[in-house]
Amino acid sequence: MRVALFIACYNDALFPDTGKAVTAVLERLGHTVEFPMAQTCCGQMHYNTGYRREADALVGAFNDAFRGYDAIVTPSGSCGGHVRHHHDTETAPDVYEFSEFLVDVLGVTDVGAYYPHRVTYHPTCHSLRMLRVGDKPLRLLRAVRGIDLVELPEAESCCGFGGTFAVKNSETSVAMLRDKMGNIGATKADTLCASDNSCLMHIGGGLGRIKSGIRTLHLAEILAGTR
Amino acid sequence: MSDQKVNVVWLGSPTFPNAAHTALKDEQLRRNLKHATTTIRDKRLRAVAELEDWETLRLAGSRIKDRVMRHLDEYLLRLEASVTAAGGVVHWAADAAEANRIVIDLVRARGADEVVKIKSMATQEIGLNEALAEEGVTATETDLAELIVQLDDDRPSHILVPAIHRNRTEIRDIFRREMGKNGVPAPDGLTDEPRVLAEAARRHLREKFLRAKVAVSGANFACADTGTVGVVESEGNGRMCLTLPETLITVMGIEKVLPTFADLEVFLQLLPRSSTAERMNPYTSLWTGVTPGDGPREFHLILLDNGRTATLADRQGRSALHCIRCSACLNVCPVYERTGGRSYGSVYPGPIGAVLTPQLVGVGSSKHADSLPFASTLCGACYDACPVRIDIPEMLVHLRQKVVDAHRGDGFPKPEALAMKGARLVFGSPRRLAFAERLGAVGGRIIGIRGGRWLPGPAKKWTDARDVPVPARESFRTWWRRTGRG
Repeated sequence: MRVALFIACYNDALFPDTGKAVTAVLERLGHTVEFPMAQTCCGQMHYNTGYRREADALVGAFNDAFRGYDAIVTPSGSCGGHVRHHHDTETAPDVYEFSEFLVDVLGVTDVGAYYPHRVTYHPTCHSLRMLRVGDKPLRLLRAVRGIDLVELPEAESCCGFGGTFAVKNSETSVAMLRDKMGNIGATKADTLCASDNSCLMHIGGGLGRIKSGIRTLHLAEILAGTR
Repeated sequence: MSDQKVNVVWLGSPTFPNAAHTALKDEQLRRNLKHATTTIRDKRLRAVAELEDWETLRLAGSRIKDRVMRHLDEYLLRLEASVTAAGGVVHWAADAAEANRIVIDLVRARGADEVVKIKSMATQEIGLNEALAEEGVTATETDLAELIVQLDDDRPSHILVPAIHRNRTEIRDIFRREMGKNGVPAPDGLTDEPRVLAEAARRHLREKFLRAKVAVSGANFACADTGTVGVVESEGNGRMCLTLPETLITVMGIEKVLPTFADLEVFLQLLPRSSTAERMNPYTSLWTGVTPGDGPREFHLILLDNGRTATLADRQGRSALHCIRCSACLNVCPVYERTGGRSYGSVYPGPIGAVLTPQLVGVGSSKHADSLPFASTLCGACYDACPVRIDIPEMLVHLRQKVVDAHRGDGFPKPEALAMKGARLVFGSPRRLAFAERLGAVGGRIIGIRGGRWLPGPAKKWTDARDVPVPARESFRTWWRRTGRG
């Protein structure tokens, strides 16, 4: 199976460690990952902000970049959701969010990871309600050695990021973030995990500002950890 | 008909972010909303989980509404014929002013100077109470929460629970202060116990029910085949209005028509469980024209357009008209929970308001209405809760596109529009992206020096409460190439 990694543009520039972690996990499971250099951006931000014309202009290049692969794997629930639901994907392979790819395509939940920390998991809205990944990320986390996984109260409530919403409606966004941070704090976890760095960038930005000492980490980076 | 006036939006309302700015500072409001929405949310989930065929019901509701929209012209004519055959009178109103005029003329012709009202979104939408007041006719809201809002000269903030922003102590104070000015005063020693408050409202309203010659209602449904019109409610005040006065005037949005009486089977299951989380609503009133010796002697049905046919014309936006006004989307919305309903500046607040209001008034017609489709994180909770499966997130995005497209010809494009065009150019080629990433890494080091905490310009809205992520020194694609992988 020829697997292509779709990193998502913000991960490429801001969170390269997530891409390295996805690569590490898949290689550990015996798969070869390719990174088509022609990839740029799926256009989600444009699309969701109302810039449909600009978004549509990126679809062709996306399809060209990933032509010929058997599957695309991405560490972004929201970009994965956008490609699956809004791209004209006639010529592109199926796209899978990372946890979907591991559980549904590869059929694994135990990836041999080790992460000796107290962790709580925030299911991001698009992975939950657009991709319907369900408890797949949690099944993967439960199999991690040494992990102390604690349930996040009101887990399925949006964190308030919402792409450009975070700036356009910054005060409402921050009010939602405060409630989310309160719930995270109540778990006494030292690590907040999610399947999307965009939401984590927002929550982590808030947690950093209040000097909470809580670390935000993408699911792939926890699954990449070994003893 | 360019002279049509649509009243849905409260004139002079600020844009959503500005209205939210005020609402978010109201700690009491936040507590009231959090308590109320989380309670209703949990109850709804339990009520819905009881039905094994809930998803099938939702699909049925969605398909019936879809069919209604595709053949609205036929069903409305059928409804007119069957209501007329049953002894009712049907009126057609293109806009709010026309609908108000019809009501006023009917009330006047009966020599009445007061009407009792059943909670109705359509009459709020057209500003009927205000229009009646201008003509010297007093309209009394008989739904408990609407009465609270009306006594306080306030605006409703929720479709189903209009006084959701008030707690019982605030309500007690409103009753004490205002009831006497409008009729039977609140009894001495009024407490804030719900039972006591309800009793005070009952006494206040009773004389009005017995005296009124005219009642005004909305309609939840109207069946085209039989001409049967229906209202569902919880307090019995509606039943009083529908049976006691001699004349009943019903104002109904044209989208409320259903093909057949049998379709009620679906909606009378979907609506109560989604709205009040009840298996069945306490009062379901159905009437077909007039019945001699029983109930009103005259029945007038006003079919209201007020922006609906324009909404119908947009195939991607029209399913906003499927809404059965249950409010489930408000109750699950994380934005509504923080800002409350009045921030939406419309009688239709919350997610459904954010898609309905701009369409009823027309995208591009006001800054306020144009700000509403952006008042969402697109979290999707509303779509999951909607009993008729309106894909509100997708519609929000569609309306954002219409707002953006309406401004494409502007002489001075907004910074956002320029940024989006710029981003499109950068993403247009992997080489330009790699170059931008290297620039970003340099910029990131500068931000890093400043601690990643305070940025100027639009970015300030981010850094006011959140640190910014610092671009990595080496992008993923550079690492991939450097490590000889590709």
